[in-house]
Amino acid sequence: MNTTAAAADARTRLLPKGLGRTVDALTLVAIGALVVFGLVIAPPDAVQGDAQRIMYLHVPAAWAMYLAFFVTTLASVLWLVPRTRSMVWDRVAGSSAEIGLILTGLTLVLGSLWGRPIWGVWWAWDARLVTTAVLFFLYLGLLALRAIPADPNVRARRSAITALIVFIDVPIVHFSVNWWRTLHQEATVFNPELNPQIEGTMALTLWIGVLAFTLLYLALLDRRYRLATLEEGLAERELDAAIEARVTAGAGGAA
Amino acid sequence: MRTRPVPLTIRRTVAEPRPRGFAADRDASLPLTPVSSVVRLRSAVCLLGRFPALAGLDLDLDAGGVVLLSGPNGAGKTTLLKLLAGLLPLHSGEATVLGTDLGLDRRSHRRRLALVGHDTGCYDDLTVRENLRFAARAAGGHAGSADAAMHRLGLDPIADVVHARLSAGQRRRLALAVALGRDPELLLLDEPHAGLDAEGREVLDALLRDARAEGRTVLVASHELDRTRALADREVVVRGGRAYPVEAA
Amino acid sequence: MSLLAEVRLVAAKDLRIEARSRVLLAQVLPFGAIVVLLFAFALDPDRGVLARVAPGLFWIAVLLAALLAIGRAFALEQAHGARDGLRLAGLDPASVFLGKAAAIVVQLLVLEVVLGLGVVVLYGVDLRGGAVLAVAAVAATLGLASTGTLYGVLAAGLRARETLLPLLLLPVLAPVMLGATRAFEDALDGATADAWPWVALLVVFALLYTGVGMLAFGPLWEDA
Repeated sequence: MNTTAAAADARTRLLPKGLGRTVDALTLVAIGALVVFGLVIAPPDAVQGDAQRIMYLHVPAAWAMYLAFFVTTLASVLWLVPRTRSMVWDRVAGSSAEIGLILTGLTLVLGSLWGRPIWGVWWAWDARLVTTAVLFFLYLGLLALRAIPADPNVRARRSAITALIVFIDVPIVHFSVNWWRTLHQEATVFNPELNPQIEGTMALTLWIGVLAFTLLYLALLDRRYRLATLEEGLAERELDAAIEARVTAGAGGAA
Repeated sequence: MRTRPVPLTIRRTVAEPRPRGFAADRDASLPLTPVSSVVRLRSAVCLLGRFPALAGLDLDLDAGGVVLLSGPNGAGKTTLLKLLAGLLPLHSGEATVLGTDLGLDRRSHRRRLALVGHDTGCYDDLTVRENLRFAARAAGGHAGSADAAMHRLGLDPIADVVHARLSAGQRRRLALAVALGRDPELLLLDEPHAGLDAEGREVLDALLRDARAEGRTVLVASHELDRTRALADREVVVRGGRAYPVEAA
Repeated sequence: MSLLAEVRLVAAKDLRIEARSRVLLAQVLPFGAIVVLLFAFALDPDRGVLARVAPGLFWIAVLLAALLAIGRAFALEQAHGARDGLRLAGLDPASVFLGKAAAIVVQLLVLEVVLGLGVVVLYGVDLRGGAVLAVAAVAATLGLASTGTLYGVLAAGLRARETLLPLLLLPVLAPVMLGATRAFEDALDGATADAWPWVALLVVFALLYTGVGMLAFGPLWEDA
């Protein structure tokens, strides 16, 4: 292992301390702004009424979900390429996948909550919702793989390859599901499409939401990364202890 | 007691294909530049899951001769052999086998060695002959070398018996036949005497003597200490994931 | 040994083992047949639903049976350390991937023919558009086999393999499920023109994952 990679591996924080604190502060501000704009300032929708306000959470959550999975894929590629290989990317990939999974679950639940007053049902076979559901299981599988104890390098390789396999599948799933549902007659009735002519304040609120969720994602990623580093450090220490114990036991058992 | 390594007589050039087939068929008259160091491990750590099966192991083996690996169960002998074969990844430390750095590439040196482990590496539903032929062809050889190895290990009577029906001793012989069919420079044996009857042990001992005479390097992990010490040039004790050479009196 | 020769060697080995052990015929096929039967219990044959949803039910039965077939393909490598033996032999991992996938394709096609006949007979389906059905089935099976071989080798070395394989594999196969079912529906409805785009999707998926498999199989296979 070359020295730059080893030095990079030792990186315990994703964002430097000052930047991390700034991100945390900005996140709180943005979330506060989102609450105010989303619940109060933005007007209720002409057709859907106040129920439409869930959109200010649902759409940003979906955006952050895609961001998280994109980061996972990118980090996996960076790990696989020998020149850029470093445990930093494995930690980022794993952390981002976890956060992405939570965001996916959130997107699904919010979508369902939004659908209930609008469509009268808890679930509809809308193309986006279905794709999101498949995405949920794809990344659940990835995390299940990561949970299996193994040599860190082995786990990283396994995880990175799987992340790429999954990533390649996502556009195919999206395309095929979309195609499927547009052929289906009922799709148009159940489509909670974003009204393209959303009024100025509503668009602004949406952008605040996107910003808030992006910052939230970054803040969570930084924390999860730090946790991953600590976990690795613990595993290293346990390994050293195990090596010590093994060697001593072996030497003690000499005939 | 360390004896002088036997001069290598295995023919090996880049241009010509490796002669396939059992040792008796090979042309022993062409000498070759000897490779002096076959195995070099420094502080090798190898994990099984999270457990450090090898905990900082050092080892040096030169070409030719038979080396005995002794040590209690669970010491790491099997893991060591698998590491040398490139089957397990190195967690940390250095490992060079047959000139190949295992940290970088643990695949390309495999064709030059053979490993006889606890398992046969064969398929239950195929016969002895079918398994040997598959192994030979997969390793780039041909059916002839498989049949020759089968004959040498005395497996002809059971050539058409499926693997599932073989006894432990027969399986052991089958595994040895697979290994020999590969014509390896480095022969790794993990408790080869286990399960063999008296006749089988004689065959095995003869094979070990032949291997040494042919200039192969043999590493034998064994609990049959008396028998193997008589054959071995050197002994290394493996304990608690580390190796300790035994100095002969 | 050339790539093709190695692929043939591995595929022939797997098929010979199947011919001798008959696990597909004696266990996987009956499982698929039972699933087909259970669907009838679940969906009440008297209400005319079965014939309409037959394509979907057929492909679910195939998918579930494929999980078993793939598991078996790798279980026989785990027994007696055959996987290590194969790695030591020095075969190109891409050859092993293609060889195993090819053997799985053959076995699944046999499975599909038998289950297909079962579905036609038991659910009272009007068989039409044979050419489309055949091409769609082959394309879907290729995609199924290559993805399955890739995940199969991944799961095979791990402790929770029987439960992990379905969790990993089935979501990835969602497009195959969609494409195959839609293609079959259109073919059986006589709307073969609508079916061909779905077949194209299946072909793209198969090509993509065969390519991915050839690259990714090696590293996954080595990490026991």
